[in-house]
Amino acid sequence: MDSFQEIIFKLKSYWAERGCIIQEPYDVEVGAGTMCPETFLRVLGPKPYRVAYVQPSRRPADGRYGENPNRLYKHSQLQVILKPSPNDVIEQYLGSLEAIGIDLTRHDIKFEEDNWEAPTLGAWGIGWQVMLDGLEITQFTYFQQCGGIDLDVVPAELTYGLERLAAFLQVKDSVYDIEWAPGFTYGDVRFEDEVQFSVYNFEMADVDTLWKLFALHEGEAARLLAAYPKSAQEATQKARFPLLPAYDQVLKCSNLFNTLDSRGAISVTERVGVIQRVRKLAVGVAQAWADQQEAAQ
Amino acid sequence: MSLPFLLEIGTEEIPDWMIPGALESLRAQLEALGIAARMDATPRRLVARAEGVAERLADTEERVNGPRKNAPEKAVEGFARKQGVTPAELSIEGDYYTYLRKTPGRRMIDVLAEALPGIILKITFPKTMYWTGKSGPRFIRPIRWIVALLGSDVIPFKLAGVRSGNVTSGHRRLGSARIPVTVGTYEQTLRDNFVILSAADRREKIQDGIAALCVHIKPDLALLETLVYLTEYPTPIVGDFDPQFLELPEEVLITVMRHHQKYFSVVDESGHLAPHFVAVMNIDADRDGLVRRGNERVLQARFNDARFFWQTDQHKKLADRVEDLAHVTFQAKLGSYYEKTERVVNMVRTLGGDASAQRAARLAKCDLTTELVKEFTELQGVIGGLYARAQGEPDEVWQAIYDQYKPESMEDSIPRNHAGRLVSLADKLDTLRGCFSAGMIPSGSRDPFALRRAAQGVVKILVEGRLDLPWFGLLGDAQLTGFFEDRVKFYFRDIRGFRYDEVNAAMAAGWSDLPDLESRLLRFQKIRATPDFEPLAASFKRIKNILRQAEFTGGPFTAALLEPGPEIELSDEINRAAGQPIESVIHALRPKVDLYFDKVLVNAPDPAVRANRLAMLYGLLEQFRTFADFSEIVTNS
Repeated sequence: MDSFQEIIFKLKSYWAERGCIIQEPYDVEVGAGTMCPETFLRVLGPKPYRVAYVQPSRRPADGRYGENPNRLYKHSQLQVILKPSPNDVIEQYLGSLEAIGIDLTRHDIKFEEDNWEAPTLGAWGIGWQVMLDGLEITQFTYFQQCGGIDLDVVPAELTYGLERLAAFLQVKDSVYDIEWAPGFTYGDVRFEDEVQFSVYNFEMADVDTLWKLFALHEGEAARLLAAYPKSAQEATQKARFPLLPAYDQVLKCSNLFNTLDSRGAISVTERVGVIQRVRKLAVGVAQAWADQQEAAQ
Repeated sequence: MSLPFLLEIGTEEIPDWMIPGALESLRAQLEALGIAARMDATPRRLVARAEGVAERLADTEERVNGPRKNAPEKAVEGFARKQGVTPAELSIEGDYYTYLRKTPGRRMIDVLAEALPGIILKITFPKTMYWTGKSGPRFIRPIRWIVALLGSDVIPFKLAGVRSGNVTSGHRRLGSARIPVTVGTYEQTLRDNFVILSAADRREKIQDGIAALCVHIKPDLALLETLVYLTEYPTPIVGDFDPQFLELPEEVLITVMRHHQKYFSVVDESGHLAPHFVAVMNIDADRDGLVRRGNERVLQARFNDARFFWQTDQHKKLADRVEDLAHVTFQAKLGSYYEKTERVVNMVRTLGGDASAQRAARLAKCDLTTELVKEFTELQGVIGGLYARAQGEPDEVWQAIYDQYKPESMEDSIPRNHAGRLVSLADKLDTLRGCFSAGMIPSGSRDPFALRRAAQGVVKILVEGRLDLPWFGLLGDAQLTGFFEDRVKFYFRDIRGFRYDEVNAAMAAGWSDLPDLESRLLRFQKIRATPDFEPLAASFKRIKNILRQAEFTGGPFTAALLEPGPEIELSDEINRAAGQPIESVIHALRPKVDLYFDKVLVNAPDPAVRANRLAMLYGLLEQFRTFADFSEIVTNS
């Protein structure tokens, strides 16, 4: 039986063998692996790219104080981007399951329609949820649009739910019982995260402070976007312009929004408006990034 | 010579519900090409097969006119040369040289090679994607292989980077990935590679498989169809769950199994849920029980969640959640559910709702704040009803909450009790009023808030609940009234099968009381079958025209001005008919009306007589005004 980390090693090796760069998790809080620049920005433009990384994904509202065996404030996604998507992408994906010991002649795999959409990112795609013996283990998406931009090259995005896969393989009914490494359970490693962040997100996060932080990060992102050189003559300034830092500010806003939401601090009327504000920034960065990449050609 | 034809479009997994529509779209396009194909599909292939496709299209002939018959020889030679023949091969038709050009029919294989790429890309899907790049073709999912055969030949073409051939692909894991086929071996080859091509055969395999499991499932044809098109080699298995979960409401258990896991529920002899389920796999067997155990564990986790939510939600009663609705958006422009609740309670009161109905309206939306509804949104209303029951609300109240979204379709039943009908009506009317006042009005096929369905529900409840309520005044704006007029017409015509002119005639006499409209329509159908009706309706139409031409809108009627004979007779008949049901007067009225128009000149020279005659005819129409406007009837005469 493979440990949690062994499963991750095997999946990473599998994708490394298929030409993926193995990245480390992004070091800013995100709600999903898709939001990392390695996906959100890399899928733009015509350049081929292949990358795989594990991304701890924070969903403040999903926290359950460590009491629910299947729900986590912070879960781990293995994010794989294959741009452009190879013709045998599904075969490659199924191969990755076999690489972690799932015999697909003895298990039931189904691809059920599930189109992904992230309004705050102006992104959507067509795809499936992949069901293994009735368990959703992967979201499979052909990106169509990102940051409001129709993509030149269609990437395939594979998002594996690692805790679910590990619980399946190790036959555990609670994620906390998953063996992370020999002698250590998932609970040993992550239980405190779940309890403490649940307490913070649901009970103690200071709403005023979070709003202030939101406004600060939003302001910083907007300030940078406004300063992005528009004219083609400014090629040098364009090439070195800090869009990646601007995007970090957008990610901060997104996480603050989620935290405020889990705290019940966003009223009905505000909600749509706040999503729009984050989206506007995300779309702004994506468009500037596409322009920057094009200018560098 | 005629040949068999085979087209297989190999794709990645197509959403099950889109497949029948896609097949029909492909079939119709092939038919337009003269190919009567039978269609099959699995999630990974759309297939058309036909016998007896002509090898060539029919030869065609075209007559080409040349120079006049008295033209100089050079001109005739030139014309012949242009046609590639000698002057001797030309003929003379009338005054001209002509040439009968015969074109042999094109080879079908060439026609198909040219037409198929376009046909394939024109298959209609509700949603499409591109995958080869921004300017690339669009389809429902990526096309990965194409088999295109006419007889033993490949119909050669290229689409989305895929070259047509004779190589198909079997089941993803149980079959071979690349298998050469012929038209003759195709279906059996797939079968050998764990792909059952025919949907009927897959359906049968599922049904037989379930029968062999010795369990009784809750019949569910929609789920069966989903599974038929979600699998290439379906095999049902049975699994168990802990009987202690049976303490949860059946609605919740079924929803988890049905909507989230695509399992059939299992019932015992008395029709109650049993602690088992049937899953349908896309492989041949579950030899070691791995798939069963996997599914059992998933279900157990989901049931655990549901039970956790069910128990957590009980800590706060529905009645204590009303204030929380201020945080739940109904619609961005229309405020929160708290505001909606206030409006709906008031409307229920206006519609004459008693304390139970008002209580139900007040609690109706509270389940939107529960964890269970956040998890199973499709159970909103139902869950509120179940909580209300568990919290000791009386039957009238909890059932009203439970049924508040009924009828969800024209086939669905209306809420079971009076309070439920009022709450459902008020909820829908409030949504309609709000959306119309905010300019969110359905147009064409765009109806994002399902307002047509809501209005249709209102009509169905009023008619089938036999409710005469002051709902009409609640509509307010003319646009919404017009919208409802269409819905009422749709209901009586398309759902109930009344003829359109009957519906128009009866509605012209008013439609604010829908049960009354319904009973008038039912009576109308009976009258219409009687021999006197149509001629009388024709006369009424004539009367209406006369009145319109005379611009007559009522006036005094004086019996003394009547002429003896047909006019007095008709007047007497009208008097006799007054207050009588229409069924009993038609028979006597019709000959009098006929005779009247035969003998009496309405446009009499004396203006006083004329006005009196118009007044009498006007009075006749008035008598039936509350029943129907017969001039709307389309008569054969």
